[in-house]
Amino acid sequence: MRAVETALVTHGHADHARSGHQRVYATPETLAIMDLRYATHDAGCPVAYGEVFHLGPVSISYHPAGHVLGSAQIRLEYNDETVVVTGDYKRRSDPTCAPFEVVPCDIFITEATFALPVFYHPPTQDELQKVLDTLKTNAESCVLIGAYALGKAQRVISELRAMGYDKPIFLHGALAKMCTLYEQFGVDLGELIAVSDAQKTDMQGHIVMCPPSALNDRWSRRLPDPITAMASGWMRVRQRARQRNVELPIILSDHADWTELTDTICEVNPREVWVTHGREEALVHWCGLRQISAKALRLVGRETEDDG
Amino acid sequence: MEEFAKLIDRLIYTRSRNQKLDLIAAYLRDTPDPHRGWALAALTGDLEFPNAKISAVRTAANERLDPLLFKLSRDFVGDTAETVALIWEARPQPKDAETGPISVGDLVEQLHNVARKDAPALFAQLLDRHDPDGRYALIKLATGAMRIGISARLAKTAFAQAFSLNVDDVEEVWHALQPPFLPLFDWGEGKTHKPDISDAACFRPFMLAHPLEEEAVDMAEYVVEWKWDGIRVQIVGTRDDVRLFSRGGDDITAAFPDIAENFDAIGVVDGELLVRGDAQGDANTQGSAASFNALQQRLGRKKVSAKMLREAPAFVRLYDILFDGKNDVRALPWSERRPLLDRFQPKLQQGRFDLSKIIAVDDFEQLRLVREGSRDAAIEGVMLKKRDSPYIAGRKAGYWYKWKRDPLNADCVMMYAQRGSGKRSSLYSDFTFGCWNEDGELLPVGKAYSGFTDEELKWLDKFVRQNTVNRFGPVREVEKTLVLEVAFDSIHSSKRHKSGLAMRFPRISRIRKDKPAQEADIIATLRNMID
Repeated sequence: MRAVETALVTHGHADHARSGHQRVYATPETLAIMDLRYATHDAGCPVAYGEVFHLGPVSISYHPAGHVLGSAQIRLEYNDETVVVTGDYKRRSDPTCAPFEVVPCDIFITEATFALPVFYHPPTQDELQKVLDTLKTNAESCVLIGAYALGKAQRVISELRAMGYDKPIFLHGALAKMCTLYEQFGVDLGELIAVSDAQKTDMQGHIVMCPPSALNDRWSRRLPDPITAMASGWMRVRQRARQRNVELPIILSDHADWTELTDTICEVNPREVWVTHGREEALVHWCGLRQISAKALRLVGRETEDDG
Repeated sequence: MEEFAKLIDRLIYTRSRNQKLDLIAAYLRDTPDPHRGWALAALTGDLEFPNAKISAVRTAANERLDPLLFKLSRDFVGDTAETVALIWEARPQPKDAETGPISVGDLVEQLHNVARKDAPALFAQLLDRHDPDGRYALIKLATGAMRIGISARLAKTAFAQAFSLNVDDVEEVWHALQPPFLPLFDWGEGKTHKPDISDAACFRPFMLAHPLEEEAVDMAEYVVEWKWDGIRVQIVGTRDDVRLFSRGGDDITAAFPDIAENFDAIGVVDGELLVRGDAQGDANTQGSAASFNALQQRLGRKKVSAKMLREAPAFVRLYDILFDGKNDVRALPWSERRPLLDRFQPKLQQGRFDLSKIIAVDDFEQLRLVREGSRDAAIEGVMLKKRDSPYIAGRKAGYWYKWKRDPLNADCVMMYAQRGSGKRSSLYSDFTFGCWNEDGELLPVGKAYSGFTDEELKWLDKFVRQNTVNRFGPVREVEKTLVLEVAFDSIHSSKRHKSGLAMRFPRISRIRKDKPAQEADIIATLRNMID
């Protein structure tokens, strides 16, 4: 991905938002996230959900994608033809962002991170209940949850709070700034404490969160007998979980699972589906089976697996 | 099935050995017969269904699912059982059909009885009745490849723990019993005595030796034998059968027909399995054995070629006798067992079985000299056996000692490092090291992951992280600056490695922060250490 004059950005994840553009159209939340991550203060043009603006002959509007704070689908209209670019999205409820909106269109460009029938994300609360149950039976340990720094971490905390978990949650340094940003946008995350400010014994029987890369690293040695958990859609596959030495897999994703992807295509009912970012072949094949015109759109800069 | 599926699911994600044991033990205690016995057999790898193979699962999947979506999913997941478990599209069952999870016992019965052509349909029907965890567990049980990090030994240990038995006692009767092991559970629950296995050609746990650490022992109480470098083997002869077992209880009869066919006696003996040659021992000792490397060529084979039998003929150097005929003589002292062995050996084919020589040693000082000479004689060391020791399972302090010759040493340079597993998964603890060739190039000569203290390991881990020059997946290549003093029992030529050398039991003996890498040893020096 190269820097351009005008960029339309769906959300703040690194594979969708890069620095260096001259003008960036994005939601205020996404612009704040990009500022925090890149500290470039690009010429940001804030766009509110639903607001229509024009670039030359194209009229453009942003609509909630339900992926992370500020995430948007972008609707482009030109000569009576409309295209919707989903960016990344999900259909499940998420207390940290506005829910996905079905936007009718001619061409629907969908993500495909979990576009295989093996991917099914169980109810969020059932997955997080596993964490609370584990804490109950392991008073001497902590549960260390690996979660992506933007979106996943805050969603996990927020969902836990909604389930009535009100004890402090301990954070790896890499998660702190983004949590503060979420709180500035009105997402209440309850009491958060930096691991570096805590004693080992303080964390016994508590939840500690870190980015996935820190799960098996030296950093975790300062924790009281951690039980390794990871919140990701990839945890659906046992062998993946085992490869990462995960003891407590939490199947929880900010992406649509197979059912959400296929249901959304049916609901949006576009003339044509373009598939990108993931397992294009399977979703294109599925469309073919249902006589929906579809093709793979190969883009550069695919996400890493931590972003699940 | 639900309980078994839950067990499998939890075992997959459990890293600690004790927790695995607790999980299996609780399942075995709480589950009724015969289900728990079949489940135990699944964990120990003792279940096989000739007509219910993974290919039948694949056929069922391709009939039920879109073949391309199945294939793409299979490619991603990397495991047919898990893929099918995750994406199976269950159909509502006909009214008269049984619904809901099946019991382990019923599952085993259906898998046993199914004809090959009916297996895909049976799998489809079974998969329809279960949720993803149940489907995963039933496919794994049916097709035998559990691959969940549970060894047979661990499962048996869990059984022993569940019923407060000694695992060696369990091991002893295990090989004579068949799944679902009803006599075993009856014994475990105290309903019957230990199962009688006197007529079966089954494995008995080995007696093992401690390394000699006390300064001296009273040589009036001990006898001395050479410690040969082959593999310990137990030969069991009954009226109709002969079996060879390795130390872990694996049946290796098929790999050594030259031994089994020539053992024509009833009894159980213990010895060292060796290959004929002249690498080990000399005229003054007993000799006529090849190096461990030569034996290694014959290990791990399901079938052995005529050429191999000719070029690397095996023989057994007998150490001990456990059963003389049908008499269990393990409770007798060594001093009474040895004469029995001396009388037993002539019944066997000469040339395939000889007796481990007793070395005449008067006192400990003399023993020290004998041991020091073992390097020259190319023998691994000496064994000390207490004259009054019974033959008992495992290591019992004070009875048998091994006293290996002093290790060889070489100064090597650390080249690559890899993280360990379990408790060491956050530490770089597996090191590949090398020595210089004539062209000034470092060639790997071995790999070690022990010998250092916890403090030293922390230091080594830090060194690796701060001196990484390259990453290859989990492996880090490091700056070639750190000299490690490596101790090893012996070194052999090997075609497998570029350096042409293979070490036996290498371990890190010292970290030589003081020594520049250029002054580490050269390959030629190591080559001169080959026996």
